[in-house]
Amino acid sequence: MISRFLLSAAAIAVVVGGTTGVAVARDQIRIVGSSTVFPFTQAVAEEFANATGMNAPVVESTGTGGGMKIFCGGVGEEHADITGASRAMKESEYQSCKENGVDSVTEVQIGFDGIAFANAKGGPALSVTKAQLFQALASEVEVDGEIVANPYTKWSEIDSSLPDAEITVFGPPPTSGTRDAWVELVMEEGCEAFTAIEALEDDRKDEVCQRMRQDGPFIEAGENDNLIVQRLGADENAYGIFGFSFLYENLDTLKGVGVEGIEPTIDTIADGSYPVSRPLFFYIKNAHRGVIQGLDEFVMEYVSEASMGDGGYLTERGLIPLSMELRDKVRDEVGNKIHMSRYGS
Amino acid sequence: MTDSTMTVAVDWTSEQGAARRRRRHAADRRLRAYGIGAISLAIGLLAILIITLAATGYKAFVQTMVEVDFTISADLVKADDIPAGNFRAVVANAMSKLFPEVEGRETRELKQILTNNTRFIVRDAVIADPSVIGGTMTLRVPASDPFDQLNKREISRDLPEDQRRVNDRQITWFDKLDAEGRISTPFNWGLFFNADSRFPELAGLAGAIVGSFYALLVCFLISFPVGIAAAVYLEEFAPKNRLTDLIEVNINNLAAVPSVVFGLLGLAVFLNFFGLPRSAPLVGGMVLALMTLPTIIIVTRAALKSVPPSIREAALGMGASKHQTITHHVLPLALPGILTGTIIGLAQALGETAPLLLIGMNAFITSPPGGLMEASTALPTQVFIWADSPERGFVARTSAGILVLLGFLIVMNAIAIFLRQRLERTW
Repeated sequence: MISRFLLSAAAIAVVVGGTTGVAVARDQIRIVGSSTVFPFTQAVAEEFANATGMNAPVVESTGTGGGMKIFCGGVGEEHADITGASRAMKESEYQSCKENGVDSVTEVQIGFDGIAFANAKGGPALSVTKAQLFQALASEVEVDGEIVANPYTKWSEIDSSLPDAEITVFGPPPTSGTRDAWVELVMEEGCEAFTAIEALEDDRKDEVCQRMRQDGPFIEAGENDNLIVQRLGADENAYGIFGFSFLYENLDTLKGVGVEGIEPTIDTIADGSYPVSRPLFFYIKNAHRGVIQGLDEFVMEYVSEASMGDGGYLTERGLIPLSMELRDKVRDEVGNKIHMSRYGS
Repeated sequence: MTDSTMTVAVDWTSEQGAARRRRRHAADRRLRAYGIGAISLAIGLLAILIITLAATGYKAFVQTMVEVDFTISADLVKADDIPAGNFRAVVANAMSKLFPEVEGRETRELKQILTNNTRFIVRDAVIADPSVIGGTMTLRVPASDPFDQLNKREISRDLPEDQRRVNDRQITWFDKLDAEGRISTPFNWGLFFNADSRFPELAGLAGAIVGSFYALLVCFLISFPVGIAAAVYLEEFAPKNRLTDLIEVNINNLAAVPSVVFGLLGLAVFLNFFGLPRSAPLVGGMVLALMTLPTIIIVTRAALKSVPPSIREAALGMGASKHQTITHHVLPLALPGILTGTIIGLAQALGETAPLLLIGMNAFITSPPGGLMEASTALPTQVFIWADSPERGFVARTSAGILVLLGFLIVMNAIAIFLRQRLERTW
C-alpha cells in the first residue's frame, strides 16, 4: 500500500517534470535589471510588441545588482538577454560575466534621470545647497572644525535663511539604486565643502561622507516611491527623495526643491544644469543576438531616434536624452555589436 | 472545614451574597463586551479597508472614451499589407478633421487627448474588417490618462496651468469634444480583457488572471492528489510510533513556515537546479503547491477522522478490503470536508505574493500567457507592479486590482461554504 501511494506520487512528479523537460527555442526576449530603467524598457517593450506583432518581451524589475547577477549567469536560453542599470557595470560584475562565458557585452547609455528633492505644494519654498543637504542628512558632520554626531534637528540651525522647521526627509533604502545615486551625487559632493572632513583619511572620509543619519530626521521609506509621495501630502514640512518622474506626475500636489539654485524641471535636467542627475544604461548579451527571436529588432528600437531621441516617447516618461553625437555613437555600437571597453577588452 | 460549609446554609439575600452576584454578573457582561469589542474592531478595520479601496478604486471601473471618425484612405493603408499602413497619419488626419484650426506644434498636444496606442487600435480594427479601406470608420478610443483623470475630476481645472498635466488649450478641445457628445464614460471592460500596459488607460488584468489561473491549476494538480495520498496513509495505515509522530509535527510546522521561504526554495531548486524558466506559472504553481500541501494534509486528516469508525467497521465486517473500505466509503464521506479545505488552501495561494516575486512573476508583459511555460504575472504581483508605477491612473487601477482579487477570494470562499453546507454529512 505504501509503495503504491509512493508510486502514484512519483508518477505525478514525473508527469509534471516531464512536461517541463521539453525546452522549446525561446521566442520571447527576457530583460531584467534596475527599477529606474524599468519604465523606459517597459515603454520600448510595449511599442516593439505592438508595432512588430512579435511576442511581448518579459521585463522584470530586479534592481541593478540583482539584474547583473542574473544577466552574468551565463549564455543560453535560460539566461536573460538584457539588463538595465542605473549605474555602470562594476568591475567585479564584469569579471563574473567573463567567468560565466558572457564575454561580449554591449554597453548602451540611454540618457539621464533626475532625482528630485521635493515637498508638498503647501510647504515652505526652499532652495538648498548640496553642503546643506549633507549637513541635514549625514550621520556625522563638521561643527567648528570637529567631526561630531549630527546635532541638527531644524533646518534653521544649519543656515538661518532656511525655515524654522524640523528636518523630516523620506528617502529610499540602501538597496535602491536611487539611494546610491543620491549618496554619490549629493552627499559625497556636499561633504567636499568641509575642510576637516576633506582632511580625513580615505576610509574614514568615505564613511563620514556616505553614511546617512539614523537618529530620526532621515526616514527610509521603502522602495515604493508612491508611498513617499503620499506621505509628503500628509505633512507639509516633510521632504522626499525620489525619481523625477514621480515629481512630474504629481506636480499638482508636490513641488521640487531647488538644489544649488536650480529647480528640477524637464528643461533643467535636459540641459544638465540640475545637479542631481545620473546616467542610465542597459547591457546587451551579444551571444544572444540573432539567436533569440526579435532581440536585434528590439535593441534597435530602443536606441532609435523615435524612442531615446529628443521628443522621443522615452522623454515623455522622464528620460533626459543624450546629445546627438552620443546617440549616434551608441546606435553605431549597438548595430555593430561592439564589446564594452570600460574594463579593457 | 467541609463539614461547616456543608451545614451552614448560604444566605443568598445577604449583603456579601448580593455583592458577589453583582461581581459575577459584571464579569459576564465584561466578557461579552470584550467579545463584541473585538468583533467590532475587526469589522471596523475591514470596513475601512474596503471603503478606502472602493473609494479610490471605483473610478478604474469606468474609462473615458473618445469617439473619433477615422478616414481610412487607400493611399495610407494598402489592402494587401495592412500592418505596414501609415496609421500614425490616419490618426493625425482624424484629429485635424475634428479641429481644423489647430496647426503646427499644437497638433502634438491635440493628439495627446487620445491614448498613445490609438494607431494600433485602428490598425487592429482595419485588420478585423478590411472593407473599411477607402471609407470611414467610427471608433471609440480610450482617452489618455491625463484626460481620463480630468474627466473623472481627479485633476482640478482650478489649478494654475503649470501645475496640471493638461494645459488650458487642451481643456478647451476636450470640452468641445464633450459638447459634441463624443466623450463617454462606459464600463471599463479593458480592465478584465486587456493585458498589462504602460498606459493606465489600456492596462488590464487579463494576463494576471490567466497567470493566476494557470498557477492555481498546477498548484491544485500537485497538492490535491499528493495531499490526499499522504493524509490517507498517515490516518489509515501508518503505525503510531515515534517516526509518524515526528512526521506529523513536521507537517504542522511546515504549515506555519512563511511563504517567502518556499519562494527561496523554488528559486534554488526549480529555477537554478532544474533550470525551469523564470516567471512561468508552472513554477509559480509548484511553489504554491509546496505551500498549500501541509494545509491540505491537515484538513484531509481532520475530515478522515470525522468519519465515524462504525462505517469502517461495517465495511470491513462485510468483507471489504482496506483499499475498498477507504476508496468506497471513507474517502467519499470525507470528500466535502477535503474539498472545503482545499478551496480555502487555494484561496490562500491565490493571494500569495512573496514566493512569486522571488521566481520573477512580477514581470511586465503586454500579452497574456499562452501556456504553463510562458512568462506571466499573477493577480497579487500585478497589484504590486501597479502600486509602484508613477502614473496617476495606476492609483485607481491598483485599488481596482485589489478589489478584483478580493472578489475572486470571496467567490472561492463562497464555494467552500456551499460545499460544506450542502454536501457535508453529520452523524
